[in-house]
Amino acid sequence: MLILEKRPSPSRFWQGATPVLAVALTMIAGGVMFAILGKNPFEAIRTIFWDPVFGEFAWYFRGQLLVKAGPLILIAVGLSLGFRAGIWNIGAEGQYIMGAIFGAAVGLAFYPASGWFIFPLMVLAGGFGGWLWAMIPAILRTKFRTNEILVSLLLVYVAQSILSSMALGALRNPEGGGFPGSRNLSQYPAAANPEIIAGSGMHWGVVAAFIAVIAAYVLLQRHILGFHIRLAGQAPRAARFAGVSPDRLVVLCMGISGALAGLAGLFEVSGPAGQISIDFASGYGFTAIIVAFLGRLNPLGILLAGLLMALTYVGGDNASTNLGLPSASIQAFQGMLLFFLLAVDLLSNYRIKFLLKERA
Amino acid sequence: MFRRTLLGTAAVALGLSLAGAAFAQDKLKVGFIYVGPVGDGGWTYQHDQGRLAVEAEFGDKVETVFQENVPEGADAERVLTQMALGGADIIFTTSFGYMDQTNAVAAKFPDVKFEHATGFKREHPNVSTYDARFYEGRAVMGTIAGHMTKSGKIGYIGSFPIPEVIQGINSSFIHAKKINPDVTISVVWAYTWFDPAKEADAAKALIEQGVDVILQHTDSTAPLAEAAKTPGVIGFGQASDMTEYKPSPRVSAIIDNWAPYYIKRVGALLDGTYEQSAAWEGIAGGEVEIGEITDAVPAEVKAAAEKMRDDIAAGTYHPFTGPINKQDGSVWLADGVVAQDGELAGMNFYVEGITGDIPQ
Repeated sequence: MLILEKRPSPSRFWQGATPVLAVALTMIAGGVMFAILGKNPFEAIRTIFWDPVFGEFAWYFRGQLLVKAGPLILIAVGLSLGFRAGIWNIGAEGQYIMGAIFGAAVGLAFYPASGWFIFPLMVLAGGFGGWLWAMIPAILRTKFRTNEILVSLLLVYVAQSILSSMALGALRNPEGGGFPGSRNLSQYPAAANPEIIAGSGMHWGVVAAFIAVIAAYVLLQRHILGFHIRLAGQAPRAARFAGVSPDRLVVLCMGISGALAGLAGLFEVSGPAGQISIDFASGYGFTAIIVAFLGRLNPLGILLAGLLMALTYVGGDNASTNLGLPSASIQAFQGMLLFFLLAVDLLSNYRIKFLLKERA
Repeated sequence: MFRRTLLGTAAVALGLSLAGAAFAQDKLKVGFIYVGPVGDGGWTYQHDQGRLAVEAEFGDKVETVFQENVPEGADAERVLTQMALGGADIIFTTSFGYMDQTNAVAAKFPDVKFEHATGFKREHPNVSTYDARFYEGRAVMGTIAGHMTKSGKIGYIGSFPIPEVIQGINSSFIHAKKINPDVTISVVWAYTWFDPAKEADAAKALIEQGVDVILQHTDSTAPLAEAAKTPGVIGFGQASDMTEYKPSPRVSAIIDNWAPYYIKRVGALLDGTYEQSAAWEGIAGGEVEIGEITDAVPAEVKAAAEKMRDDIAAGTYHPFTGPINKQDGSVWLADGVVAQDGELAGMNFYVEGITGDIPQ
């Protein structure tokens, strides 16, 4: 029979190998599913994983991978700091929305003026909006011991309602013929967040994501705060003896993740999305939670995980159009990837043993 | 900087789209972008029926591709670009929220024709718009509702407070009130085109308020399923016939029939007579059909509804004919005056007698 034996410490080999194994297993299981749907599984897998990066139109899709991965990485890096310390900010989606609203409001307030200072002000406002929204669960937790998981999650729905009301009211385009939605910021040069190099997909949000990855890496490896974060997650009692204030850590981690989510929202609303609209929120804040864990809460891992997630979205859409695959099958495929990642994760903490005899 | 990036991208895209067109000479490639799944049984299902009708009509001369569940945001631009790169000659974007994306992608692919449903922006010569006069169908539904309600309370599940939906609410109410002067209408905003759970909640809330006729401007069958649980509550099929709820609660339906328009436009492109246009057809043009009125409705009510339908089709009656006052009591249309299309296209007010505010 098979038994699982806990490893004394997680296996470094399997920690690196499980994501690769999971992708391979997903390709096999997904291929079987596509075959059952009557499509050529090799063509489907190639369309999802190969074509966006190396195919005929890769010059366009590589950029789109960055556009899709940028906000995921930016948010996930922020979340990973809190997650490492056992602080669960589940409401990044709400902070993302509020960052977009704050930033867009500043930009729209200046319309149609021009000036180099407008976009930097919007960036500050975006980060502030996300930070502010994250401070609500942070302060409620430190003052009243509420559960930050619930409060931050429920505030997402509040943010969505505010978003609808902004798109219909205060931020509505006065020249929009009564239709909901703000002016298109990407068509307002002083507030736009365009591609820095044409066709590269590289906008300021992607740059910010790369900077965040590097900063988080340095913070965790070299800075005392990074040490406190790791300590609080691995040994809360020891952390307290070492003089780490749990409340201060909550405020810091929630604040950083909120501000980064807010920045992601600002860069999205002034760039790829272009406007505040009722359905501006596209779930990046929730998907980023998956990306954070996929990347094992490690900044470099998150970078790769964000790009992989983006690949399944971009490639999945291509497969859906080009091969006529139902979009539900693409979602199932993405689900398989997460399932296998979590399943094979077992191997890094446990060892599988074959027992020939029943134990007495 | 922005202009330069745009031109750079356009130049690359132009080169490729020309190459793509040369390849696809033998078959016309027709693309469709859907906001919901093709199996939604409503809006998207009907557009997909139109796509199948194009295939049936032109056979080997056309090839169709589609992408379902495309969010109305940055993703739509990528999916549109991908279709155009893939050699599509004409692309139908079948939801209001694709408006800016359709125009943005059209600028980069001047040789591809774009057709945007229910929008009003035609910023480039290769963008056309098309819509249907759903408010004509609402006049028929309102007539039935006015006859059938016993509680005098009609419920309306609105999707988004945009002119198209407000036209429907006003038209339903005006015609119900003509039959029953005491009738009131309650509007619940779902802020979605397709979300069975939200739609069911909205229907449940309306029924609990004593509503016994439910109209919906959302695309799923969930409100009818909810109505079926309470005897005496009726509703109408929306976008498609929704026959599985016959004879009651579904007593009739507004059916969107896009096939004639799609066949006309694709045919024009095939024989070289294609021109930019802004189409807005109704019952007379066959784009809005009234689904079979079942025997759950008394014969005289059925006759009244059918007369309304036939009068509109014949052009002898316009659903917005004065005297009609606005909600605040001011005169909108004097006696005998008919609303102009321009006024309807930007409608952002309720008519007199409707309580509540349009979300601002």
